[in-house]
Amino acid sequence: MHVPDGFLDAPTSAATGAVAIVCVGTALVRARKELDDRTAPMAGLVAAFIFAVQMLNFPVASGTSGHLLGGALAAVLVGPWTGVLCTSVVFLVQCLLFADGGITALGTNIVLMGVTTVAVGWIVFRLLQVLLPKRLGVVPVAAGIGAFVSVPVAAALFVALYAVGGTADIALDHLATAMVGVHTLIGIGEGVITFLAVGAIIAVRPDLVYGARRVLARRELEIKPQVVA
Amino acid sequence: MRTRWVVLVGLGVAVLLAGVVSVFASSAPDGLTKVSQDHGFAHTEETRDSVVGGYGPVTGVVGVLVVLALAGGVTYVVRRRRSEPTE
Repeated sequence: MHVPDGFLDAPTSAATGAVAIVCVGTALVRARKELDDRTAPMAGLVAAFIFAVQMLNFPVASGTSGHLLGGALAAVLVGPWTGVLCTSVVFLVQCLLFADGGITALGTNIVLMGVTTVAVGWIVFRLLQVLLPKRLGVVPVAAGIGAFVSVPVAAALFVALYAVGGTADIALDHLATAMVGVHTLIGIGEGVITFLAVGAIIAVRPDLVYGARRVLARRELEIKPQVVA
Repeated sequence: MRTRWVVLVGLGVAVLLAGVVSVFASSAPDGLTKVSQDHGFAHTEETRDSVVGGYGPVTGVVGVLVVLALAGGVTYVVRRRRSEPTE
């Protein structure tokens, strides 16, 4: 979903650029609470992993492919604020080194594919965590569903931006149907990849998964009284 | 498994995906590109040349390492030191 230069007009790109700067700036401050000596090494890995998996376009419909966006994955593994930093680094490197995504569209891409998928993925994940049984096995499932939902929402936000500052005069209802439709399919891939990646880390070191902290803390609370008794 | 090994194995997987598996990735246009072609606004795209010549096995691995260094560096600086309180 990398937006190139030219799709959105200058004022809209400037506005998303400003939003991106505020989000990344806030993330630089707030990520501190999520990262300590033990979990900080995971952040570099998560960003590198998202970059690699974004190269793996999978076919979704006739002549169309999709790839991971990664916001939900990053949010669950290293925390939402750190997730914003990780995805932003990925889009920055793709933009500057690979000409993947426009220079003036860098803010748009950080907001759409980074901030939006992190926020939607994390909110859906937390909601499911509250509703579903508090077990470790639920963490990858909730992460996968959050990831699935995050992709069509990001696509819908692109349509909203296009309605404000799109450079071509096209039927917005058709654009919305096409964008949300194809990105719902891509969302399935996003959900599966996120489920597998979170599940793999949960299997070996659940304590390294930010989104599993509450479940693990709860488990300790349940075990400790028995130890005392 | 120690944290160091989790990170190293994860990195190995990332390098393998970028350097080998990426060869098998679909070359069809992605969702937004396809929609822009179908709905008549693909011509508004302004393209430019990639500094490293686009995605390939070698440049992919280079990209993984650059992202690792940048994201790792930023989060290393931002993190809480061990001596500081948790909240």
